[in-house]
Amino acid sequence: MDFVLAIVVGLFIATGSYFLLSRSLIRMLLGLTVFGNGVNLLIFTAGRLTREVAPIVPTGLDQPDGPIANPLPQALILTAIVIGFAMFSFLLVLAYRAYQSLDADNTDTMRVAEPEDSPRPPLSY
Amino acid sequence: MNTVIFRTIAPLIVSIMLVFSVYVCLRGHNEPGGGFIGGLIAASAIAIFGMSSGVERVRAAIRVDPLSIAGFGVFIAGLSGLMSLFTGSPFLTSIWLYLDLGETVLPLSTPMIFDIGVYLVVFGTISAIALALEGEGGDI
Amino acid sequence: MATATPSVDLSEAMITTVTPAADWVIVLPLVLALMGAALLLMLRQKRGIAPIVAMLAVAGIIACEVMLLAKVLQVGPVSMTMGKWLPPFGISFTADIFGAGFALAASIVTLILLVYVQGEREPGDGSDGFYSLVLLLLAGVTGSFLTGDLFNLYVWFEVMLIASFGLIVIGGQPIQLDGAIKYGFLNFLATSFFLLSLGLTYGLLGTLNMADIILVAPSANPAAMAGVAGLLLLAFGMKAAAFPVNAWLPASYHTPPAAVSALFAGLLTKVGVYAMMRALVVLLPASRDLLEPLLASIAIASLLIAPLGAIAETNLRRALGFFVIGGIGAVIAGIALPSLHGIGGAGFYILHAILTMTALYLVAGLIERLTGQTDSRRMGGIYAAHTPISILFFVLMLAAAGVPPFLGFWPKLLLLEAGLAQSGLREGGAVDYLSLAIVVALLANAVLTLIAGSRLWAHIFWRAGPEGELSEHRSGKLQPLSLREARFGLGATTVLVAIVVLAGLMPEDLFTAARMGAGDMIDPSRYIAAFGLAGGTP
Repeated sequence: MDFVLAIVVGLFIATGSYFLLSRSLIRMLLGLTVFGNGVNLLIFTAGRLTREVAPIVPTGLDQPDGPIANPLPQALILTAIVIGFAMFSFLLVLAYRAYQSLDADNTDTMRVAEPEDSPRPPLSY
Repeated sequence: MNTVIFRTIAPLIVSIMLVFSVYVCLRGHNEPGGGFIGGLIAASAIAIFGMSSGVERVRAAIRVDPLSIAGFGVFIAGLSGLMSLFTGSPFLTSIWLYLDLGETVLPLSTPMIFDIGVYLVVFGTISAIALALEGEGGDI
Repeated sequence: MATATPSVDLSEAMITTVTPAADWVIVLPLVLALMGAALLLMLRQKRGIAPIVAMLAVAGIIACEVMLLAKVLQVGPVSMTMGKWLPPFGISFTADIFGAGFALAASIVTLILLVYVQGEREPGDGSDGFYSLVLLLLAGVTGSFLTGDLFNLYVWFEVMLIASFGLIVIGGQPIQLDGAIKYGFLNFLATSFFLLSLGLTYGLLGTLNMADIILVAPSANPAAMAGVAGLLLLAFGMKAAAFPVNAWLPASYHTPPAAVSALFAGLLTKVGVYAMMRALVVLLPASRDLLEPLLASIAIASLLIAPLGAIAETNLRRALGFFVIGGIGAVIAGIALPSLHGIGGAGFYILHAILTMTALYLVAGLIERLTGQTDSRRMGGIYAAHTPISILFFVLMLAAAGVPPFLGFWPKLLLLEAGLAQSGLREGGAVDYLSLAIVVALLANAVLTLIAGSRLWAHIFWRAGPEGELSEHRSGKLQPLSLREARFGLGATTVLVAIVVLAGLMPEDLFTAARMGAGDMIDPSRYIAAFGLAGGTP
């Protein structure tokens, strides 16, 4: 099972990287999301896969009854998902605003901060 | 999204979701649930309310700016962690108080306050985003 | 339902002793910053209170961090693990001299910046969340400096990132959106790489607690750990804007208002390079040795290319962005020379860069305000009208280039000493050419930075008019500073420059602290002992 998930992680990260190489902001954003999901899946796999029960202590006991799944990767992934979601929504709004005010979805034409026709540096002191 | 059916049923859905979100938040200590998921449910309720009756009415109904609610959530979450200063333990150590109410024992704790803080943070932030997106080009 | 007395023996997982309240100085800076940010978010509509609340919160943070630093200098690294857990369970916060010192420098810089913006902004205008975001940024920076847990470091990185996203778009000018997109995408990608390496670390070692990683890492597969270290190097290199992945910094740092870019230039990249130092020198020293040629090449390239970029650039704040990158190169040079002098010089340089780069951007903000221009060719003629600003810029330029007796000279001296010692030139044996190349690059960097800085200075302050016209005349196009701007803006900048100058004139204590901090980084036994883990000497 680990091998299958490892291949899936590789596919996710490859797809994400491919999208990130695009010039279109929306594709780059999708690439980042796919990349992030690949990373989350990697943490999940790194926490060892088990077929055990969810890590919940039954009522009336102070420790779990028998082996349970590793809860730590789940906590890590939950944190990463929440943060990734926040970043994604911010970047989505940013890309939309940029589309509105810069009229550019293509990063090649997005040259306000770094003008293309910037002058040569002065030659004298 | 502005049919009569939706507008009639929306207040009912919204009120049920809000109550359910509090239930999910409180049961979260020992069972699946918690402040995060509760806050998401409550924020979805606000989003539905905004779809049915317009952003202005929602803002009037909440009275407080949603982002201020989020700030308050962080604040009380921080306070709940600071309380363990008085018991000689590290930051965020839980303190339990068992209230004996005759028939039942009501456990109160600082993790619960922390969870309520999380609830308010998630509720405030997601509502602010939802209301800004539903309103016309409004800023968060 | 939890019961009052658990039937499980918790003494192996939880602390049974009482934690004295004095230990809290390590978490109080963070708590104050986060709760201050929350309070300011609630007070957004109340005009006039926000700046005062923000300054009080930062003053409280500074007080806590002074106590923390005093304690660390006295007893060595201190640590606290949240929620009464024993490490490696629970999230630890650990401060050594570098962490505590940089956190203190960051909050001092933030306080000065809060005073500075009082000159720029409408009084009491905090409705866009500026003050709240500044405190949130400070929380992220402080957390990154003080944490003792790798995943927690990731969380503070993201806190810092989300706050900087908010700050960079305040105002919403098209140029800011453009800069924010490049900044946002590449930094988010960098933290994704960091998360990727965290997942691999957890899979390989089963722990993310820093002290535990130091203990467990030697027994893991060295090739796999080197891969993880390479990913960490890429992630932190992107955050720090080291050479091959530096393009986002000159593309974005000049777009927000000057005060915001000063905060970014002083704090964000330094956190990235500090994390690189902690990860490679302390956590994975064996993998660092494998990566040493790569580190040295990155350092040399950053040191040489950055000042050349500054020479080619006419936009004032973009040119300063290249100075920031050059400083990062110097710190990485220290990471590539893992001796007491090398690491001490790197840590000292981070402190210098936090103070000097912020001050440079603050002065740049004053210059832009005076001339109404961002291009250094269209400035000019300020010297006669505003001599104090020209002196401030000149001093900072010398400090950035590393001219004695200014602050930048001393860490570079340590780095040169480390490079010469490692090259083996003085012993007359086999010569290590890579270390020698670092030494040459450090010297070349100083000369090139001096050329770039003095030329900027000449263009901004001396020339009045188009190129070729040499004069010291007063420019007629200047818009004089108002009393408020002069009092807050110029006053705050002068205080920061005075700190830089004084620290440069009296570096003895800083040398001692750098040596102690480097000692704890190279031999982490005191660091591990602070966690309470076995394997460190108490």
